[in-house]
Amino acid sequence: MKQTSKKKKSLSECIDKFSYYIMLFPGFILIFIFGYIPIAGIILAFKNYSAPKGILGSKWCGLDNFRAFFRTPDMWAITRNTICYNLVFIFTGILFAVVLALLFNELRKGTMNKVYQTIGMMPYFLSYVIVAYLVYSFLGSTYGVMNKTVLPFLGMDPINWYAESKYWPIILFVVKNWKGIGYSSVVYLAAIAGINQEFYEAARIDGANRFQQAFYITIPCLKTIISIQLIMSMGGLFGGDFGLFYLVSMNQGPLFSTTNVLPTYIYRSMDKVGFATAAGLYASLIGFILVLISNSIVKKLEPENSLF
Amino acid sequence: MRIKKKNVGNFETSNLENIILHIFFFLLSITFLYPVLLVIAVSFTEQSSLLQYGYRLMPKVFTLDAYRIALGTGDILNAYKVTIGSTICGTVLGLFIMLLYAYPLSRKNFKRKSYFTFFAYFTTLFSGGLVPWYILCTQYLHLHNTFAAMFVPSLISVWDIIILRTFISVNIPDALIEAAKIDGCSEFRIFWQIVVPLSKAGIATIALFRVLVFWNDYYLPMMLISDSKLYNLQYYLQVIFLNIQILAQNSSAANSTLMQKVPMETTRFAMCVLTMGPILFIYPFFQKYFIKGMVIGSVKG
Repeated sequence: MKQTSKKKKSLSECIDKFSYYIMLFPGFILIFIFGYIPIAGIILAFKNYSAPKGILGSKWCGLDNFRAFFRTPDMWAITRNTICYNLVFIFTGILFAVVLALLFNELRKGTMNKVYQTIGMMPYFLSYVIVAYLVYSFLGSTYGVMNKTVLPFLGMDPINWYAESKYWPIILFVVKNWKGIGYSSVVYLAAIAGINQEFYEAARIDGANRFQQAFYITIPCLKTIISIQLIMSMGGLFGGDFGLFYLVSMNQGPLFSTTNVLPTYIYRSMDKVGFATAAGLYASLIGFILVLISNSIVKKLEPENSLF
Repeated sequence: MRIKKKNVGNFETSNLENIILHIFFFLLSITFLYPVLLVIAVSFTEQSSLLQYGYRLMPKVFTLDAYRIALGTGDILNAYKVTIGSTICGTVLGLFIMLLYAYPLSRKNFKRKSYFTFFAYFTTLFSGGLVPWYILCTQYLHLHNTFAAMFVPSLISVWDIIILRTFISVNIPDALIEAAKIDGCSEFRIFWQIVVPLSKAGIATIALFRVLVFWNDYYLPMMLISDSKLYNLQYYLQVIFLNIQILAQNSSAANSTLMQKVPMETTRFAMCVLTMGPILFIYPFFQKYFIKGMVIGSVKG
């Protein structure tokens, strides 16, 4: 470890000493402004904010905003929506992606493989605005493929998709996975490709069949990457893909009972500043605690797989 | 549900299994492609034939009308300008700042680096929420309705910083930097003349990530922009899109004037195609960079 003497006189040497800090400075400022100052804004959750009075001038109101939030009739439905969707998305997302990667790994080498990969990744590059259009081409009441072609073919009446909330859990599930599995599976595929082939050869010599090889070699080798994904996702348990829930559902009120999640709810309540901040704090705090908990659980079970 | 399928190289798959897998992936690819092709097809369809046939993969009546209208308003071209501008600014500026931040974090002799790493990383664990952020951006930073609002709040991505840091520490040997130091090189020169040129692959990867983020962003305009001259492609598309439902709900004839102002169905689809076109053309060429970056990002928590 080099010891820099404190008696440097020349300017360039001084700059050199501080150069790391100078380099860090722009990023530091930006992170501070957009990441940490809003944290200070949490005091808004405890105040009765009014724009003319500003943050400091508004009156304190203790836990009133929190009480109002927890008393909201929709609040449990929204929390339930948020948690359920996220849990389902997390687990099915990882499950489907790993399965897909395993299946893809079985393909014999060929030119089509690259094509499948490229097409599979395509939905990831589309924004949710575009995806909302794609969904609309299916579910639009007058012209959509479902109402114009599929349902008549099955002898059923057209459905007003954007007004019936009961279909939307499935719709959102399909859309979310449609958008994500191509890309995620490629990530897992890359991880699988990194597994030492000698393991498999040894296993084959010992007579292991394909399923055993998958179960005892591939999956354990993926444990690290999967557990990191899981832990990180836990932090977002009270969050959610805003684009998915807001845009794909076209912000339709009748669908709120199954499409309103915390992030969209907070957005829709933004005019009630203290209230929305309290809800936001609720979401962030629980997410943070969940990350800590799930990380410590993983640490106790298998220390190398934890996030920190 | 058991996940089991085997793995291992490709030499154990029998012909039959291979065929089945190919059929499976072929069908899967169709599910991914079909909606996109449908939208493209509708954008080339005659509006009146929609009523009779609905959205079809093969247009019953082919026309370029939708595109003529979409491009004719000039709104889309303006949105393109805004999007390209904000993407370039955001990517270049953000990349520069993030690279500057990542380099010290990669240096083993930097004693305080874990504090700065944590400083950045903590923001991914806990945030102040939407409302404080919004008030900060509008009341205090006065970003409302400015061009800067399109990219400044998103300049820094902590994951990208971490990927860059990992890339630098893996790919640039300490010995090289030490040698330069012995020769009297300042840290800035080292950064600019050694680290940056040697990190081209990592920079390219993160640049692609950033371009994707800015190109696809609808959130910042949704929050901070109300001036239609500053709409970017995605947000413009969103505004047009959500208006469809407003119309559908008030489908009484009283809104015929509204109907004139809002483009017809096929025009909206044309705008959609114009928005997704560039990304769809470009991404296959950069696919492997994205994959590499994602893998590094997912493993290096």
